[in-house]
Amino acid sequence: MRRAVLALIATAAIVVGLLHYKTTSAPKSLRIALGSATPGGASQPSPASSATSPSGPSPSTGPSPSTAVAGQTRTITGPVEQNQFGPVQVQITVTGSHITAVKTLQLPTDRARSAYISSVAGPLLTQEATQAQSANIDSISGASYTSYSFAESLQAAISQAGLSS
Amino acid sequence: MGTVFTLDLVTDLPEAELAPGIDDAFAWLRWVDDTFSTYKPGSEISRLRRGELSPEQCHTEVRGVLAACRQLTEETEGYFDAWAGPTRALDPSGLVKGWAAERASGMLSAAGATDHCLNAAGDIALAGAPAPGQPWRIGIAHPLVPQRLTTVVAVGEGGVATSGTAERGCHVVNPHTGRPAVGLASVTVIGPSLAAADAYATAAVAMGTDAPVWLSSLDGYESFVLDAAGHLWRSAGFAALQVA
Repeated sequence: MRRAVLALIATAAIVVGLLHYKTTSAPKSLRIALGSATPGGASQPSPASSATSPSGPSPSTGPSPSTAVAGQTRTITGPVEQNQFGPVQVQITVTGSHITAVKTLQLPTDRARSAYISSVAGPLLTQEATQAQSANIDSISGASYTSYSFAESLQAAISQAGLSS
Repeated sequence: MGTVFTLDLVTDLPEAELAPGIDDAFAWLRWVDDTFSTYKPGSEISRLRRGELSPEQCHTEVRGVLAACRQLTEETEGYFDAWAGPTRALDPSGLVKGWAAERASGMLSAAGATDHCLNAAGDIALAGAPAPGQPWRIGIAHPLVPQRLTTVVAVGEGGVATSGTAERGCHVVNPHTGRPAVGLASVTVIGPSLAAADAYATAAVAMGTDAPVWLSSLDGYESFVLDAAGHLWRSAGFAALQVA
């Protein structure tokens, strides 16, 4: 029986579907971010303006869109997103037109509580951490890390990678 | 809110046959986020909170979730309370994630992806098996020691939900005292419905160190508690699920 690992990168407007079939190595689980688009994104029906919105993006450098070349591996870093606990920054690795890794470069560390979340949940967001104690496990249940900032930085990285379509 | 979903599926079917069902399941999850997210000012929940909508004007699914929340408040002796958060504003998040993932899991199975593991930011919906006769092996993250697992369980179909006091940096409030719940680092609940497991785990965190008594009364659900001092408690049938 083939094992297919399906990873979907979903933003409010875009779904990029990837299907990896098992070879001799363990199938990879890719982390995806769902649902949190930049306010005002193409298919968002809800109004963008509101006093209750989280703080907007503050990119450290301007995005530089790149184009996909089959087989080429690129690393794209998303902007630093600020939330009430601190900075969040996501980096993706792209091979050809497939996202093969998602990594958090920055997570809030300046408060005890957010440092706790970062230290526990941050590693769960990376492929390396999943494999670090994977010992034949299929998945991990644990403290959730739900972050608007994470998804914004990720979505920006996806756009920079030229994967939006 | 940016919720991270991971789907592992085991199948002999070609991608083309499964892709529409998978797309539908993820469209559902996006719809749930658009409708229920307290981070989205245009969501029905946000509009309800601001009084721009009455419950009767809300979508059927929203009304269903609110009714389930009220039922859960009774079932959990008041400890699951979608109206008892830090700001007293309606927040059904303790149920919505598990509920949405459970529904998505049903959609995937109906579409032919009958063997899958859908991880919704730490709450997991399981269907079928990773290989014939094999259980899913689920690691439970240690809430206090980074990158470690407390234990590994072998489970069949159903849900594995974990709640903790440090999720999202928000307090879990004890609805009876109005104060932040302390005492427990994390609670894991395993059983046939991920939605129920999610709500029960949330309620248990609010109960604090009294949670084991109530958790023991749950029929068909096993649970595992780690308190803030690092002590473990397991329900009667939990040890039988553990493989490591």
